[in-house]
Amino acid sequence: MILGKVLGTVVTTISHRDYKNRRLLVVQPLCLPGEAPSEDFIALDNTQAGIGDTVLVNREGNGARQVLKNPDACVISVIVGIVDSVYLED
Amino acid sequence: MLFGRVHGTAVCTLKYPGTEGLKLLVVQPLNKKLEPVGPLQVAVDVVDAGIGDLCVMVRSREAALAMPDVKFVPIDLALVGIVDELTVVAEDTFDLTMHPGWNQFT
Repeated sequence: MILGKVLGTVVTTISHRDYKNRRLLVVQPLCLPGEAPSEDFIALDNTQAGIGDTVLVNREGNGARQVLKNPDACVISVIVGIVDSVYLED
Repeated sequence: MLFGRVHGTAVCTLKYPGTEGLKLLVVQPLNKKLEPVGPLQVAVDVVDAGIGDLCVMVRSREAALAMPDVKFVPIDLALVGIVDELTVVAEDTFDLTMHPGWNQFT
C-alpha cells in the first residue's frame, strides 16, 4: 500500500460495469523531501475521499478484488483509507 | 490505472483463441496533466471508444479480467472508461512531501 494525495476527480459516463457507482480519483504518491515524485495514477474510491485528502491506496489486483467483493473485478488501485497523520523517524 | 488517448486502430487477422472479436486500439498513455508517458501501446476496447477519446485504462492481469467473456486471455492493457470530465488541481496546491516527525493531514 502507498500513501498519496488526491489531486483530481474523473467522471466517466461510459465505463466497465465493475467501475459503476464508484468514483475514480487522480492520486499523486507522496515522497520524501528532495526525492523525485513518482508518476501519478487513477484509483477507485472506496472511502468517500476528495481532492486534498491524503489516502492509503492498495495497488494490487487481488486486494482490490477482495475490497470490492468481486472475484473478477478488473481494478488494480483502490483507495482503502484516509490518512490522518504519519510519523517518520528523523 | 492510467489515462490514455486513442490515436488509432489496429487490426489482427490471426489472433490467440479467446481474443477473436476484441477491438484493438492504439493508445498513448498520459499522466494527470495529459502529457504523454512512454511510447504508443495497443489496448483492447470494451467500452466502444473512438479515435481522439480520453480513456481510463487498466494494466496487467486485470486487463484480461475486463474482457466480456473469456477472462483467461493474453491481454495486458484494456480501456475500461471514457472520460467525460476531468478535474485536476495544480501540483503545488498541496504539500506532497513527508517530513521527519509528525505529519498532520487533517
